[in-house]
Amino acid sequence: MKSTILKTASNYLLPILLLFSIFILLRGHYYPGGGFVGGLIAAIAFVLHSFTHNTDATLKLLRIHPSSLIPMGLALAALSMFAPMFVGMPVMTGLWFDEPFPVIGMIGSALFFDLGVYLVVIGVVLTILFTISQYSE
Amino acid sequence: MIDNAIVFPVVVHLFTAILLLFFWRKTIAQRMISIAGSLLAMLVAIGLFAQVWDGGILTMQAAGWEAPFGISFVADVFSSSMVLLTSFSGLAVSIYSATGIARGRMIYGYFPIFHFLLMGLNGAFLTGDIFNLYVWFEVVIIASFVLMTLGGRKAQIEGSVKYMAMNILASTFFLTGIGILYGITGTLNMADLSLKVAALENRKLVDITAIFFIIGFGIKSAVFPLYFWLPSSYHTPPSAVAAIFGGLLTKVGIYALFRIFTLIFIPDDFIRTLLVFLAIFTILTGTFGAVIKNNIRRMFSYLIVCHIGFMVGGLGMYSEVAITGALFYLFHDIMVKTNIFLIAGLIRKLRGTMNMDKLGGLYAEYPLLSLLMAIVLFSLVGIPPLSGFWPKIHLFEAGFMGGHYALIAALIIGSFATLYVISLMWSKVFWKDRPIIEDEGVLTDDFQPLSKFRKSLLVTPIVFLAVITLYIGLGAENIASVVKHIAREMKDTSPYIEAVLGTNELQ
Amino acid sequence: MELVLVILIGVLYASGIFMLLRRSMVKLLIGLILLGNGANLLIFLLGGITKGKPPVIDNAAKLFTDIYADPIPQALILTAIVISFGIQSFAIVLLKRVYVLVNSDDLDDLNTPEEEDI
Repeated sequence: MKSTILKTASNYLLPILLLFSIFILLRGHYYPGGGFVGGLIAAIAFVLHSFTHNTDATLKLLRIHPSSLIPMGLALAALSMFAPMFVGMPVMTGLWFDEPFPVIGMIGSALFFDLGVYLVVIGVVLTILFTISQYSE
Repeated sequence: MIDNAIVFPVVVHLFTAILLLFFWRKTIAQRMISIAGSLLAMLVAIGLFAQVWDGGILTMQAAGWEAPFGISFVADVFSSSMVLLTSFSGLAVSIYSATGIARGRMIYGYFPIFHFLLMGLNGAFLTGDIFNLYVWFEVVIIASFVLMTLGGRKAQIEGSVKYMAMNILASTFFLTGIGILYGITGTLNMADLSLKVAALENRKLVDITAIFFIIGFGIKSAVFPLYFWLPSSYHTPPSAVAAIFGGLLTKVGIYALFRIFTLIFIPDDFIRTLLVFLAIFTILTGTFGAVIKNNIRRMFSYLIVCHIGFMVGGLGMYSEVAITGALFYLFHDIMVKTNIFLIAGLIRKLRGTMNMDKLGGLYAEYPLLSLLMAIVLFSLVGIPPLSGFWPKIHLFEAGFMGGHYALIAALIIGSFATLYVISLMWSKVFWKDRPIIEDEGVLTDDFQPLSKFRKSLLVTPIVFLAVITLYIGLGAENIASVVKHIAREMKDTSPYIEAVLGTNELQ
Repeated sequence: MELVLVILIGVLYASGIFMLLRRSMVKLLIGLILLGNGANLLIFLLGGITKGKPPVIDNAAKLFTDIYADPIPQALILTAIVISFGIQSFAIVLLKRVYVLVNSDDLDDLNTPEEEDI
């Protein structure tokens, strides 16, 4: 797409959208939001960038191929899912730190699960969309 | 009793798959991790089965939420034995894939997807929540789509379009059924559903909901008239993939049918007649299809359809003997169907084709290998004392007791047709002299040039499964005691419900 | 509200089935998507539509006395949407691949005859 306005705007939108996606990710435990929605927003940020520049430029910006985010996210999510097993509680029980952290608030295994989902969603969405776009170029 | 051991079969495959994803493109490491993971999964499954067999039904409530509200995982003898059989098939196919799958497919992630598929199967067997069952089914079908299309040639892609369309349709029907069920009962836990559905007064509504489940699972397990996707897709993927599909994917539909129709919807006369009717036509159409096919894998695909009818018929007769027979057949069928597709793959390696007209003389060239294949093929037919024989005795007995003479006739036709096609195949592939074909270039022996180690990787899984099949046939009384135990659990579901919901809920 | 939803679900199922029966593969996919949406709305409707508060109990209270909205149908629908998102994107890639290989959108062209089997 050759629109200067969109191109300039997307340069500014990318960091803002990424920041917003992290905000959505962190508030997800008690309010609407969470890893899936946050991941989609982050993926959309990169997709917008790839629309205005092109797919290769976005891949260069990402440094690693999005598909390598999938195993990392899966591992993080799976570990936080099965971590309670090692302390003798049923799978997927929430484990929490006692003290709240500054800015983020209470941290528990649910946050790490969400973070895993966040990474998987970015990885999957970008892999699929980039595959399709490179396919049709 | 809270016991995390239930989810180990799922966890092992999940972590194996994640580990495999980190070794993307390193095919040698992938093969070793996959075999090690499958071996570990088999040990875990044996442990789980032993625990359930000795100690009774195990349950685990995810995150500790009480039973009807959270997601329950339940391992009774039925589900744990299915997990055990899955792990046997999984191990065999995993070893076979090390040589049987082309390197190009491995680079595109064959092994991780394979383990996600096994994870989904184990999850589907172990869950005690009907929506969770739907989710595991989706895990299974997404993984199977990828395996089906991976590295595809034209024929393979064509098959997968039909496969994909029908399976998505089946899932939609299943989801609709769940929606209606949730609307009329307000619960999703299978044990709780069992109590609530039994208490419903509007039986017609229950029947209609049941039919949604029959359609959904019927498409997945290839029951007449919804089986057409199976013969038009199962002959296309690589043999290792076809083996896991033929052995397990249709059987998970059968598992779900048995679970739903013995626990939630106790079939009334209408549903029973419907199931018996469907079974008769499934057997007959499968039979006719198998008789006319000339390609080994196409013929086996129709035999899958034919033998699905045996199990659905057993469920339709709904006596304890019938269910015993059908479950016995299910156990035998998983092992044998996995194995015959591996054998088809081996024949392809030996001769470069699966067309029976172009094959021949295998017995003269490879006598020992042919005898091994003969054991498996004739177990499939059910020559006594091999494994296919015993369940049929039970099915016939149940048929005569219940007066289902049409089903008995279909069973007899199905059995004889299986005998006919297998002996035809035996004479064409093994005994007949090798035909002279002008265009020799296409038909190459890919087996001879392989190293001894790689040859053993192809043959070991077939031997392994054949030994289990032999055990099912010769040690039939042990299997029968397991199967009778399951049939009793199905007839009297109160121990299951008690284990999930706790004792006081029953009053 | 319920009546509108019932009609909508009926329309979605009917048009989904109609599209499934077309010969074009893209229409087949559209049909599957419509059916999936119909099923999601069905769960939403049958879960019971209530104007209520979120089912969260105050720290002080022991019982929830107000009318509350059932959270389960939403959870089910969200899961179903995520799953169908994955399946549909896979299906689109597959159909694209089929189009490249077969150069046709017609399901009837998808029949490699038995003679060409290996």
